[in-house]
Amino acid sequence: MAEVIASSSPSPVSVRAIPRSDADRHEARAAWMLAAPAILLTFLFIILPVCAVVTLGFTDFELGYSGFRFVGFENYAELLNDRTFKQSLWNTFIYAAIVAPVSIFLALGLAMLIEAEGIGRSFFRTAYFLPVASLIVAMATVWQYLFHPSIGPINALLALVGIEGPNWLGASSTVLYSLALIGIWQTVGFNLVLFLAGLTAIPRDLYSAAEVDGARSAWDRFRLVTWPMLGPTTLFVTTISVINAVKVFETVKTLTEGGPNKASEVLLFTIYQEGFVYLRVGYASAMTVVFLLILIVLMFVQYRIQDRQVHYT
Amino acid sequence: MTSNGFPPARIARLALLGFGALVFLSPYIFMISTAGKTQSDIFTSSLTLIPQRWYFFENFAKAWSRVSMPTLLFNGVVVCLLILVIQVIVAVPCAYAMAKLKFRAARAMMVLVMLGLLVPIHATALPLYVGFDRVGALNSYVALVAPFTISVFGIFLFLQFFRSMPDDLIHAARLDGMSEVGIIARVIVPNAWPAITAFSIFSVVAHWNDLYWPLIVVSNQAYATPPLGLLYFRAAEAGDDYGALMAATLIITFPLVAAFLLAQKRFVEGITMTGLKG
Repeated sequence: MAEVIASSSPSPVSVRAIPRSDADRHEARAAWMLAAPAILLTFLFIILPVCAVVTLGFTDFELGYSGFRFVGFENYAELLNDRTFKQSLWNTFIYAAIVAPVSIFLALGLAMLIEAEGIGRSFFRTAYFLPVASLIVAMATVWQYLFHPSIGPINALLALVGIEGPNWLGASSTVLYSLALIGIWQTVGFNLVLFLAGLTAIPRDLYSAAEVDGARSAWDRFRLVTWPMLGPTTLFVTTISVINAVKVFETVKTLTEGGPNKASEVLLFTIYQEGFVYLRVGYASAMTVVFLLILIVLMFVQYRIQDRQVHYT
Repeated sequence: MTSNGFPPARIARLALLGFGALVFLSPYIFMISTAGKTQSDIFTSSLTLIPQRWYFFENFAKAWSRVSMPTLLFNGVVVCLLILVIQVIVAVPCAYAMAKLKFRAARAMMVLVMLGLLVPIHATALPLYVGFDRVGALNSYVALVAPFTISVFGIFLFLQFFRSMPDDLIHAARLDGMSEVGIIARVIVPNAWPAITAFSIFSVVAHWNDLYWPLIVVSNQAYATPPLGLLYFRAAEAGDDYGALMAATLIITFPLVAAFLLAQKRFVEGITMTGLKG
């Protein structure tokens, strides 16, 4: 139907120079009506709660107690000396510093291999993407079994070659790395699909042109064509991967509850504990503000890089 | 770049990809295998994939009886569908107004949308929880759905898509006497299916998997969503009954994985579209 309409009126005149005509006013009114539900809900569920969280961060509000008082920066001062919180920030940083780069480069490598290979493309894509479509709480449970120190298949495999496997999720020295492994497994497929789309968009003749210009080796072609052309994709994949890694929660809550010995305390888990288990809403709000600031800094860095990036397409 | 022969480089490439795929799929292989093993089988032979005694039925029966699986799956479907439908109904008209109508607030709203993209549920959860607690709305579908009725990401995605739609289409419809609502329903939506499908996949995957918010607002099994239900099941099954646990994970993982396998192409297109534009 739409096509019929389009072809029946080749090019309607769109002179709309007269300001504030009746039609314009009518259009603006219609626009307000259409946008009203979205504006209302944005205020109710995003703007208001964000303002509330910032305000609550300056109070000693606790659920279950009536009344609260403003305490200025007391919560933030407490955060500076809170060992759990500092540990939690550090763990989140380590987790993100492992998961983001590994899942990005693994995905890029796999995407290039798949792109270069003729057969089995959709099979490989499916295999690597499957974790993205799987319920993470459920798959975390499977990983718990795989990681089990005595009956788990991973340690059984290691035993075959004579290595005594660690107590993956049960020891404070390995728990964060084990969680990072699950995180990588879960993220690679998503990044891979984005990289595949980016690779397909690179014009073939650029490679032949590079070859004529003397880019003989595969590394040269990667350095001169693939990497620069993938720039925007890589930036986007990096931002998403870092932000998602900072937001790690499901696996920690399901498998370790921050333990053993707070070795897997991560930011969102600590906020969850403080706010919803100990019900110290004011203090947890201050933590949430720190979390929001981290997200803002990450986005800001992305915008800055994006601005400087050379666009080839 | 595709060749028909099998030179060493290509064999190495296929071997690498194949090995990687095997590693990525191994959790599923062990999940299925373990769901069919007896307790003693699990404890003695962790590397044998074929169960010594076929125990699938017993494990599934156990998983099915301990936690009400139909309730969980039903809740998951209801919550995801309600969220998706309301998100689309709210976001599409707003995005249309911002993209195609002359409207002075559009710029301010764009700023709002960009800021909103920054704020995940984790940042708003505390005040929202206090609010829902005050009005006595915890443990309800309303609490599970309401905070997600607005998707600034949806507005952003639809906005991008609508901007690339020709204005002629809308002018023509207006000349035919259609109202703005009529234009959205009969011109915009039918032409925006790719964007709506992509957004649907994004939204359903995100909310089917979400644990954070349901964990906060639901403490009653009757409203548990699949991830939360699995958490309850784990607590109830304390100990190492991995057979039943794997059966439960299989049941709960299956719907979305099946949907993905059936509609793979759309999934990948959806992720690329929402991904690259988000």
